[in-house]
Amino acid sequence: MISSPQNFDDLLARLEEIEGFSDVDLLSQAKELAQEILGLGEATLHFWIIARDGTPTNAKKEGFSILALHRQGAKGEPSFNACRESCREAVYQYNVILQSGDDEQTLRALKLQIMVVRHLALFISGKLEVAGLGDFCCASKPIRQKDMNLPEMVQGT
Amino acid sequence: MSKKYEKVAYYPGCALEGTAQSYDRSTKAIGKELGLETVELDNWNCCGAMEVKNIDPKLQTYLSARNLSIAEDMGFDTVMAPCNGCYHNLKKAEYDLKNDDASREVNERLSSKAGHKTYEAGKVETIHALDWIKNSVGEEGIKDKIKGGLKGLKIANYYGCMYTRPRHIFPEKDQGPGSESTHKPHFMDDLLAAAGAENVEYPLKTACCGGAHTLSDSDTSTKLVLNLLQAAEACGADVIATECPTCHTGLEMHQIRAAKAFGKETKVKILYFTQLLGLAMGVSPRKLGLQENFSDAMPMLKEKGLI
Repeated sequence: MISSPQNFDDLLARLEEIEGFSDVDLLSQAKELAQEILGLGEATLHFWIIARDGTPTNAKKEGFSILALHRQGAKGEPSFNACRESCREAVYQYNVILQSGDDEQTLRALKLQIMVVRHLALFISGKLEVAGLGDFCCASKPIRQKDMNLPEMVQGT
Repeated sequence: MSKKYEKVAYYPGCALEGTAQSYDRSTKAIGKELGLETVELDNWNCCGAMEVKNIDPKLQTYLSARNLSIAEDMGFDTVMAPCNGCYHNLKKAEYDLKNDDASREVNERLSSKAGHKTYEAGKVETIHALDWIKNSVGEEGIKDKIKGGLKGLKIANYYGCMYTRPRHIFPEKDQGPGSESTHKPHFMDDLLAAAGAENVEYPLKTACCGGAHTLSDSDTSTKLVLNLLQAAEACGADVIATECPTCHTGLEMHQIRAAKAFGKETKVKILYFTQLLGLAMGVSPRKLGLQENFSDAMPMLKEKGLI
């Protein structure tokens, strides 16, 4: 088990590995996997915060680190709220897995939790890809602005 | 239900005249079926979209404000924009003009330079096509017009990112029962359920479609879309209902690209919610522009006896 992935590739590979487990294997360790997947979601937020020269908080919001980390990541960066619901959904599916006594529901929640965290990782990794982002991209704006010299005409609007 | 939305100014924006003509056509078609009237803004301009907004947000505010000014001049107090990007930008302009002196100053200066009346906040309300239908005829109005409905069709409702964010530019949302939620939007779910569809639980209904990365980082976009499509299929959906031309085009294009570039095929179909409502009301697929969709839903709809 990878508890602290070093990069997005590791993280996405681990999600794919879990996704490939048989239903029997998923169900036999559902709660542990739900915890690990939530941890992978937290790791994506760590990458974002560290890349912006921050120190990831140890705080929790509504009982969950991932929600506190998201709030920290969104400070001064409103576009980061585009992944707020993904963080909340990751927590929701985690809660379903922990509370459900129904195998079918547990399996479904595990699969959805994987997809939600994968989306979070893809979104954040995309935002961190400076070289690959375009001029018009809402996600890339804060990164590109650092180097942007606005033409005089635009500055004077 | 609000009578004030029965006749509204219509701001199609550039996408509905280009890649999303079927959204334009189906929006007008269902309006007609429901007895609602739209009057297109005269000589409207770009809302400022992402390109202008990222370089100069105040110029974007002016561009959107000019459209609101036109609506006011035409005697309307409501403008309806089906495109999430346009809707978002007009709402943002309204917010900026209400709260930011510098935006007001730029708007006044550029309006004067362009020789038209300066728009002042509070004169025109911007609504989305979802608000328009939900608040004018609502679910009951839909049920009254159903011919056949969407029985047996499982739908994942996908709202995209700009319909609810940032929360502060949508003061009418999150106001309790009857209002739209920015956390878990439901207007599209409500309307399509009224049309007889079965909405599936879809955990990525407001997640990023990668639209902004499309040209510059296509692989990221394709992976994001593939995840949206696979999640919809995992939820049992036959169709993803969309309400944003950028999302819709992205889902269609990257569904094809995911199959070609990554060998990952998905079967879920992509339709505008207006196309789905139109089908439920017995409007012909051609009038709704289904033949223009890259995602060919016709065989699936035929198989389910919906057309």
